[in-house]
Amino acid sequence: MNGEKAANLLKEFQPDENGFYGRYGGAFIPEMLYANIEQLKSRYLDIIAGAAFKKEYFSLLKDYVGRPTPLYLAQRLSAHFGASVFLKREDLCHTGAHKINNTIGQILLAGHLGKKRIIAETGAGQHGVATATVCALKGLQCVVYMGEKDMARQAPNVARMKMLGAEVIPVMSGSKTLKDATNEAIRDWIGNAKDTYYLIGSVVGPHPYPDMVARFQSIISDEIRKQLHEQTGTSLPDYVLACVGGGSNAAGAFYHFLDDRQVQLIAVEAAGHGITSGKSAATTQLGTDGILHGSRSLVMQTEDGQVVEPHSISAGLDYPGIGPLHAHLFETGRAKFLHATDTESVAACIQLARMEGIIPALESGHALAALAQLQLKSTDKVVICLSGRGDKDMENFALEMLNT
Amino acid sequence: MFDQKSSPVLNVFCTAGYPGADSTPEVIQALQESGVDMVEIGMPYSDPLADGPVIQQVNAIALDNGMSISKLFHDLQDIRKEVHIPLMLMGYLNPVLQYGFEKFCSDAAAIGIDGLIIPDLPDYEFEKNYKQVLLKYGLDFIFLITPETSEARVRRLDSLSSGFIYAVATSSITGNENVWEDVIVYLQRIASFHLNNPVLLGFGIKDHKGFHIASKYAAGAIVGSAYIKALSGDSDIKSLTGKFVRHILGEVEAGNL
Ligand SMILES: Cc1ncc(COP(=O)(O)O)c(C=O)c1O
Repeated sequence: MNGEKAANLLKEFQPDENGFYGRYGGAFIPEMLYANIEQLKSRYLDIIAGAAFKKEYFSLLKDYVGRPTPLYLAQRLSAHFGASVFLKREDLCHTGAHKINNTIGQILLAGHLGKKRIIAETGAGQHGVATATVCALKGLQCVVYMGEKDMARQAPNVARMKMLGAEVIPVMSGSKTLKDATNEAIRDWIGNAKDTYYLIGSVVGPHPYPDMVARFQSIISDEIRKQLHEQTGTSLPDYVLACVGGGSNAAGAFYHFLDDRQVQLIAVEAAGHGITSGKSAATTQLGTDGILHGSRSLVMQTEDGQVVEPHSISAGLDYPGIGPLHAHLFETGRAKFLHATDTESVAACIQLARMEGIIPALESGHALAALAQLQLKSTDKVVICLSGRGDKDMENFALEMLNT
Repeated sequence: MFDQKSSPVLNVFCTAGYPGADSTPEVIQALQESGVDMVEIGMPYSDPLADGPVIQQVNAIALDNGMSISKLFHDLQDIRKEVHIPLMLMGYLNPVLQYGFEKFCSDAAAIGIDGLIIPDLPDYEFEKNYKQVLLKYGLDFIFLITPETSEARVRRLDSLSSGFIYAVATSSITGNENVWEDVIVYLQRIASFHLNNPVLLGFGIKDHKGFHIASKYAAGAIVGSAYIKALSGDSDIKSLTGKFVRHILGEVEAGNL
């Protein structure tokens, strides 16, 4: 995304021409989507490298989204964990999460492709809100698919999407969560391939989506490098931590550090009630090689290849797969995968609220919870991607505080 | 696959493990007895991306019934004692990969399956990793084309296919409505390419009118959701199937069509 620097930085972790990161990736799609995927594949790199695109993308990120987001040295949290802990404040983005970095990029791309109708899937509703927002900004029709279960547990975001003029379609199939919302969005796209652009919310789906979304989110690590350098004199932290649902905030936070081996990249998955509880969403721990939503990756599935219903308290992490880049980072060991339970995440959110005056999203709480699992030295610099704010999760937090 | 046949081909789709856990052989036999030329056996999957609500729902029922690829092969081990029409397996790639692609082909060939339809297996992957395995076990592989598929690509998919070409009537999921005037123009365009494989029309064919158009402008039709719907009545499989097939062939209610 950021010119030559990005291109130079990423050698090993760039997908090949068919969208494979090692064994993972590709575009396993029915013929009905071939023309659309082909068009995207052949044009996305040129479009996003174009001067007009870049100008509009970066000016919207600055003046509309409010970037750069701060890199904040959390003093009390640092004292508590005995290291310098920095928070990359994606929660301060317009709409309250990192998701909008991607939707701004893709809505401009959709414009270049002449598409008039935008569809999206959403779990926590943050991607749905970010999509509804950019559609309002561009005057485009917006349809968001959301699992019925997620609509209930993220009600404030449903209201926001509606206020922004989007149509929110409840999805009743399967687990009624993110996986099924994604299926339904793909079915819509199959039926409306000509005029519709599918705006995917994470680094998942068929090639070129994983690479495209990673590039749009890479602004996160681009800023971290610069900000850390300004604040500490070095651009390289010892650790970068991010939660992983599909993996877009993690991909963005890791992107410009991938080739800097001394930076330890930590992806944090949702353990739900615990890895072995049967109610978990920790894909690298529980998944095997498979195909989900058009790409080969790690997938939580039965021996018969049926996708299993995951569980996480956070709707944004309640997904039985991960993006192919992350499967590759896991396999090669470039990133380390940790996990945090529902309870640990809620506790970490409450801790952050009381120590730093910041209420994070339940998703981000997983990354925060993993801090306690690291063997930190006092000289360590740790950057946590605070992917979103917690307003949408207040009901959950209120319940927890009632119980304690 | 059906070289000898000059009259139109009727290929009917059923979902393994539906309506009952063990009813697959009975359904296939009922279809043969009713005069169907070919059966496409759907292997249920938790996430059938290209399917509409009807087939999604029976996929879920079949999985609840305990259907799996292993069970299907077990249920069909003696199918060739009774059934001589071509049998195709249709399904999504993931369950097939978990079973093991080569083992899948070997077991399918052993029970007398003729070919495979796997809509989410793209052509370049097919050529690189799977074509040789299919050849080894003598299985046909059928690619889909849509009204949006370019001539060059139709020709490429035709050259990779054997058995027949599956022409999707309208770019959509299964079980949708078709605009027949558009379908005819599309089939005429495909016919003008003089492909190596016969072309069967599928998606949204639910009555004699659709079958008639598919027969006139292509080699025949594939009927899926409509049959699945018809099976949900409360009489027995054999009589429901017979009645449904006669309806598609125009042998009943022809006056209304
Ligand atoms: C605040 C927040 N963080 C993280 C995620 C997980 O998505 P990803 O792994 O793509 O960053 C979501 C998804 O909805 C989210 O809303």
